[in-house]
Amino acid sequence: MLADKDRIFTNLYGFQDWGLKAAQQRGDWDDTKSLIARGQDSIIEEVKASGLRGRGGAGFPTGLKWSFMPKESKDGRPSFLVINADESEPGSCKDREIIRHDPHKLIEGALVAGFAMRARAAYVYIRGEYIREAETLQAAIDEAYDAGLIGKNASKSGYDFDVFLHRGAGAYICGEETAMIESLEGKKGQPRLKPPFPAGAGLYGCPTTVNNVESIAVVPTILRRGASWFASFGRENNKGTKLFQISGHVNKPCVVEEALSIPFSELIEKHCGGIRGGKDNLLAVIPGGSSVPLVPAEQIWDAPMDFDGLKDLGSGLGTAGVIVMDKSTDIVRAISRLSYFYKHESCGQCTPCREGTGWMWRMMERLRTGDAAIEEIDMLQQVTKQVEGHTICALGDAAAWPIQGLIRHFRPELERRIEEHNAKFAEAAE
Amino acid sequence: MADRSPAPDTPELRERWGAFEFNESYRAKADKAIARYPEGRQKSAVMPLLDLAQRQVGEETNTQGWLPLPVIEYVADYLDMPVIRVLEVATFYFMYNMKPVGKYHVQVCGTTPCMLRGSDGLFETCKKRGMSKGHVSEDGLWTLTEVECMGNCATAPMVQINDDNYEDLTPERLDAILDALAAGEQPKTGTQIEGKRTSEPEGGPTTLKDMVDANHDYRGEW
Repeated sequence: MLADKDRIFTNLYGFQDWGLKAAQQRGDWDDTKSLIARGQDSIIEEVKASGLRGRGGAGFPTGLKWSFMPKESKDGRPSFLVINADESEPGSCKDREIIRHDPHKLIEGALVAGFAMRARAAYVYIRGEYIREAETLQAAIDEAYDAGLIGKNASKSGYDFDVFLHRGAGAYICGEETAMIESLEGKKGQPRLKPPFPAGAGLYGCPTTVNNVESIAVVPTILRRGASWFASFGRENNKGTKLFQISGHVNKPCVVEEALSIPFSELIEKHCGGIRGGKDNLLAVIPGGSSVPLVPAEQIWDAPMDFDGLKDLGSGLGTAGVIVMDKSTDIVRAISRLSYFYKHESCGQCTPCREGTGWMWRMMERLRTGDAAIEEIDMLQQVTKQVEGHTICALGDAAAWPIQGLIRHFRPELERRIEEHNAKFAEAAE
Repeated sequence: MADRSPAPDTPELRERWGAFEFNESYRAKADKAIARYPEGRQKSAVMPLLDLAQRQVGEETNTQGWLPLPVIEYVADYLDMPVIRVLEVATFYFMYNMKPVGKYHVQVCGTTPCMLRGSDGLFETCKKRGMSKGHVSEDGLWTLTEVECMGNCATAPMVQINDDNYEDLTPERLDAILDALAAGEQPKTGTQIEGKRTSEPEGGPTTLKDMVDANHDYRGEW
């Protein structure tokens, strides 16, 4: 188990005050000037060497992403850092804990990361439903301004840097980086076609990098403790610590920071009091938020919880929002509810997604009651393949994958329901 | 995608809301919001302004608030934007109410993580009290909405009522919260499990125990 001294988010549960003074006592904003004095390239190299991969779901190497930003502005356009706090993926609830309990880690990270990518300001896009969390973050930003930590000559570094808060208003799709940029510009949050990529033309047509809250908030600690410290946790290519969020049928659901690659069983047994009804009662797990395919009990139990380990199981780490389902679960309904979620959250821009998510949900509802023909399972599989990869953004993929996972692992259950349903009607007809 | 359209544009609606404008306090907040964006990019503030407008309507009607068409037009005018661009935004984002709601907007999360922890029972509780989805109850107190994942999965099931979250619910705990609100009291927000702080495991954290009683600085152990 990760030692407490190696945990980055020490006030994760909010037992102590989130305010500036308390945060400084815990080590935040400690000589930030010297971190900045290392220079842009040195910071980016350190983050690259730490092996930090984006914590928002896709797992793209963070340092590499920053290095795509222009080193100088040839035409006077400023650069922006946009911080993705639009945490809306079912199963994910980690950024909320950072924002309401350790907001200064995020603000300090914004300054350091913003400096490294030569950004003029950071916009934190927080989901609209995080109302109290946004109040806390705004108060923390105000504190940081008043203390001269951000703003003109931020932390006496000679660098001018602003941090602004922007509240969303209830649209999952705004977690997609280009949709987020559209929304920040005061439009509907509909994803843009890429290229141009945000690092070339993002917010207001200026070079922009969009990073997840957790990716940014861990940066100051990585710089203070060194890349090799961070890289000492987890397997090759899956380095560092990570906030895991365990929900569903465990005895004690919780959010906890652990080393990447921790076995699923250890995560559950040590922190969550085990599976409800014992290990043998486990049915399946969605290991990375709703967008990744489920993994059946026998495959997940010993699996390492990291990007590559879960990819090998045909799933993914995503946001590390672990949804646990025991044998009492109506697994078809659980996935069908996710289909409804994607239908509800589709932005309506691309036809395969707008029409497909609704079609898939209706089909899933029929499979739930068994009111379908066996061939329709294959038809549904085919339709998910028609949606996947045929849309501007990944919401289409995200809607397809949970269904594909269900068919891959629970086809006998789907067939059983159909046969049972048909038998009932055959009996009634006789 | 969510199917949302503005409330019908009637003479009564015009009469009630045609003269809407921000009061002093909301105007100050609106101008502060606009100042967060670069010169010439004031339409970025359309989302905060719609939120503020909805809140002022809420104060004037003693509800959570909503966005009648004349109010949307006012926001468009305030930001010098075409009305259709503001209307697009208002109908796209789920938190803008397109029709009147009750004093308390009971938003029950029904997505899978909450469903697994018993959100069905919460809907039952609401229904037993006479709420139905999308309608204002007869006493004007409640509107029930099923919402999508609110990001409280480790403390599921949960309900957001106006600006506050109530987590780790059971039907009985929700009933108690609704009783308190109906009686004009403010129930405890956050987790409803006695002795639990936030999203740590029930019964006390398995990690960072030094943080429970003191603001521990771990740097000495690095």
